[in-house]
Amino acid sequence: MSLERIKIAPEMYEIMPPEYQDLVKNATYGNENRGWKDIGTSKELIEEHSLCAGCPESMAFRYILASLPAPEDTVMVGSTGCTSLVFPHVGIHNIHSLFGNQNAIATGLKRALTVRFPGRIKDVVVLAGDGATVDIGLDMTLQAWFRQEKFTTICFDNELYANTGGQESGLMQKGFVAKMAPVGKTFEKVRLPEIARESGCHYVVNCTVSKPNLIEKVIKNAIHIAREIGPTYLQLYTPCILEIGKNSMEGLQEMRDSEKPTERFAYREYISDQAKELLTEMAAKEKERKAEAKRQLASVKA
Amino acid sequence: MSTSYQVLRGPEHFLPPAAASMGIRLPDPGQGHIHGKIVSEEEAMEAAARQFLSAKVPTIFPGPLVLWAWNEKAAHKATAVRHLYETLKASVTSTQQAMLIPMPDYRPKYPKINPEVEINPNHPNLTIWHNKIDACMFVGVHCHQANLSLKIIRGGTDCYTIAMCAQAGHEDAMLSFRDATAEKIMRLADWVKKLKGSVEPPK
Ligand SMILES: Cc1ncc(C[n+]2csc(CCOP(=O)(O)OP(=O)(O)O)c2C)c(N)n1
Ligand code: SF4
Ligand SMILES: [Mg+2]
Repeated sequence: MSLERIKIAPEMYEIMPPEYQDLVKNATYGNENRGWKDIGTSKELIEEHSLCAGCPESMAFRYILASLPAPEDTVMVGSTGCTSLVFPHVGIHNIHSLFGNQNAIATGLKRALTVRFPGRIKDVVVLAGDGATVDIGLDMTLQAWFRQEKFTTICFDNELYANTGGQESGLMQKGFVAKMAPVGKTFEKVRLPEIARESGCHYVVNCTVSKPNLIEKVIKNAIHIAREIGPTYLQLYTPCILEIGKNSMEGLQEMRDSEKPTERFAYREYISDQAKELLTEMAAKEKERKAEAKRQLASVKA
Repeated sequence: MSTSYQVLRGPEHFLPPAAASMGIRLPDPGQGHIHGKIVSEEEAMEAAARQFLSAKVPTIFPGPLVLWAWNEKAAHKATAVRHLYETLKASVTSTQQAMLIPMPDYRPKYPKINPEVEINPNHPNLTIWHNKIDACMFVGVHCHQANLSLKIIRGGTDCYTIAMCAQAGHEDAMLSFRDATAEKIMRLADWVKKLKGSVEPPK
């Protein structure tokens, strides 16, 4: 998909279901300034979702899809789990991979896109649960990072296997008892952000999805760094309210409680020197772009 | 390889075999197939037009390859598909209802589709049952999704399936063309016009 292809044939326009007409007319494909603030005023790239009511994964999806720098040139790779129920409802190309294989699939995909579309930017973004990223897919996750593959890995960390009813995951906290893990976890939460840094990721962030502006920033940084330099990793706390016994309205508070400075999802980031340089350059360019836009606006008004 | 298997109206019930596995071959250029038997393209044109004109709810299902104007060829095909639909609408009697229902993409949106306005390849039977569609034509649907869908239709409904295929044809349809172009779709519209009034409408 690229921008010029998101066009309905005129003779077919009126028979297209309204959500597709809306996507073409009011979505933010191709808009350089797209971001979380478009939510509510533009057509979102997520139609409906089949997650539990109030599941923070749905917020995370909305913020991420609103923040992708070039959705028309992005392919997402998902894996089995609660997230995979959402992908059928998003307006972005995506591939469902066999559970755990997501980073291997993304590797081949990114390389193929680079060969197939030379000179064009194609972003690949993996989005999978903690079970897929850290347990069953750990080999694929790490090997992609060792190889310096140029794509972003996002883990929706809900600290267990939610979709299969609550089994223990490597990212679960020590001592936690889940519906299908009655003994309680006997070892510490795996320190994947630290492992990511040691494995060669150039940008690593561990946080919750309580703040949409923060998610926009980290998504944009992660994708731009992956384009230019190498692998990036975001670990986002999206609590499974169903499994921790919270109701629909309590997901946000749960995230806020877990991001306090002493808590496990206090904001942490790692940026390699190379990535820091790129971000500084990008910030300068962005400043210049905005200033230029302002100048142009002023000259039009004058 | 000779075969006694025929690709006929269903319901063939749960898991109908892939027609290819039963020995059904694809047509060569200039040909089509009817129920698995290779025929000339003209013969297939006439038979398809007759199926349309004798159905209660003859329906065209355009897929993403013609719904989206992703290149000039696709846009021309969309014009031709619309023309075929308008011709069909003008050629059926008042007891028949021609329909044009899109398959905008292949996302398995189960059970969320609205069968009045769209068809989804993963459960095409919902749209066919809801609108009581008894003859349909696929056009602009990618091969794999078309085969999947055509088999589901054969399995669970009694709808007659026609494939206006842009590649080598569909053995899982009851009638298939190959190498579809805008011109070929227009030619089918001409056949519909030509046979208008000469085909017994449904009771
Ligand atoms: C190869 C394979 N093994 C096991 C499963 C069963 N399975 C489905 S979802 C799931 C757990 C998903 O957990 P996670 O990745 O944390 O995602 P969540 O549902 O928590 O968002 C498992 C083990 C599968 N689908 N495929
Ligand atoms: S089971 Fe948990 S993670 Fe999955 S949709 Fe429900 S609340 Fe969200
Ligand atoms: Mg999980």
